[in-house]
Amino acid sequence: MKVHVDADRCQGHGRCYSTAPELFSADDLGNSHEAGDGIVPAELETKARLAVANCPEQAITIEETT
Amino acid sequence: MGHHAPVTDWASDFDHTDDGWAADPYAIWDELRKTCPVAHTRRYGGVWLPTRFDDVAAIAYDTDRFTSRSVVVSEFRPPLEFAPAGVAPPISSDPPYHQDARRMLLPIFSPQAVSKLEPSTRAYCDELIEALLGRDVVDAAEEYAQHIPVRVIANMLGLPESDADVFRGFVNHVLEGVDLPMEQRAEGMFALFGYLRGHIDDHIANPRDDLITFLLGSELEGKKLEPFDVARTIALLLIAGIDTTWSAIGASIWHLARTPADRERLVAEPELLPVAMEELLRAYAPVTMARLVKEDMDWHGCPMKADEFVLLPFPAANRDPAAFDRADEVVIDREVNRHAAFGLGIHRCAGSHLARMELRVALEAWLGAFPIFELAEPAAVRWSGGQVRGPRTLPVRSPLRA
Repeated sequence: MKVHVDADRCQGHGRCYSTAPELFSADDLGNSHEAGDGIVPAELETKARLAVANCPEQAITIEETT
Repeated sequence: MGHHAPVTDWASDFDHTDDGWAADPYAIWDELRKTCPVAHTRRYGGVWLPTRFDDVAAIAYDTDRFTSRSVVVSEFRPPLEFAPAGVAPPISSDPPYHQDARRMLLPIFSPQAVSKLEPSTRAYCDELIEALLGRDVVDAAEEYAQHIPVRVIANMLGLPESDADVFRGFVNHVLEGVDLPMEQRAEGMFALFGYLRGHIDDHIANPRDDLITFLLGSELEGKKLEPFDVARTIALLLIAGIDTTWSAIGASIWHLARTPADRERLVAEPELLPVAMEELLRAYAPVTMARLVKEDMDWHGCPMKADEFVLLPFPAANRDPAAFDRADEVVIDREVNRHAAFGLGIHRCAGSHLARMELRVALEAWLGAFPIFELAEPAAVRWSGGQVRGPRTLPVRSPLRA
């Protein structure tokens, strides 16, 4: 699984990096970026889905990899 | 309150300053969502009121057809010459000006910057609680919640804490005096700007390490900010930063005072607080924003006229059963919660990270000192009306305190 934050949609609510700080981080404007290449370790998949579900701007997408 | 005719019909003659709205807007919104999802009133020169999540979101995102030139509904329409900045940038600004004005402020309110303010915020909360210990009944809104954002913002800006009553008065006038005669509203605005001008001049003469000095040294569109620009932004931070957070803290304490199961759970599981806080923000979102219609148009069958207001009741959107399961209940451990308490789109509350920190610290300190408390006199609780809703009188009793 891979997560990606759409920088055009993100408004910096910060719900994702509060929910899953392992997967997302804030820049100095408070906007979110996926950590590294966005690959989600198996044990964090639930958190990743929660981050997606809680984004008010629906700015995060999940790509299922194998 | 009470400067206007009583509301006879909420679908065609609503008034958001009516006592009925202040007491229980949820029943009004729930009914409208079912029977007339975009209500209208001729009051205030014409105002529309969407209550469905999707409609509120669509208007918040539509910066082409709706302008932020005024975000507080009253009889007044700021002159077009105020664009693109508006009366209090960036909340009153439209794109593309909005983006730079907002970027200037965001680093001050980033999660990293806010975390540095946490120890002093905790110290204020502890100090406030210290003064309440040993009393049977205290007013959690007046003696606790309201002081926290006032002290935090005064210190950030570089205004004397001892002026707290002065700027609370200004904020109250702007937010709750919307149905006062225009001349009286203008007088209040002049007084606020006169007060701020004095402090700005003092900062020009004696620069220090605070937000006023930072803004005086900031540039926008290649030009240094003028003292009036700084005053407008400070006015925004005072107006946006005080009643809103006060309301969120107060409403959370109100909920916990009358819901022992949720209070007991948070005392037993303090790690649940971040999740619980989002639910309290969803259910009791304090802020309703507004836009002006740019040009006459048909909006999904609504004949909207230029310069009519549209209220954006994020608290109503947050109670829409089409967007949330059990929308009318507080589910204290609700994990999936895409609420819009801090708005949607480019005007997402710039202070949301600060507000969340204040709310969390305020609740941690309160629950730590008062694990058991209840409403002392439920009928005495008084809520503010207008566009920022929260308890302004909130007597609570704690058996541990006596």
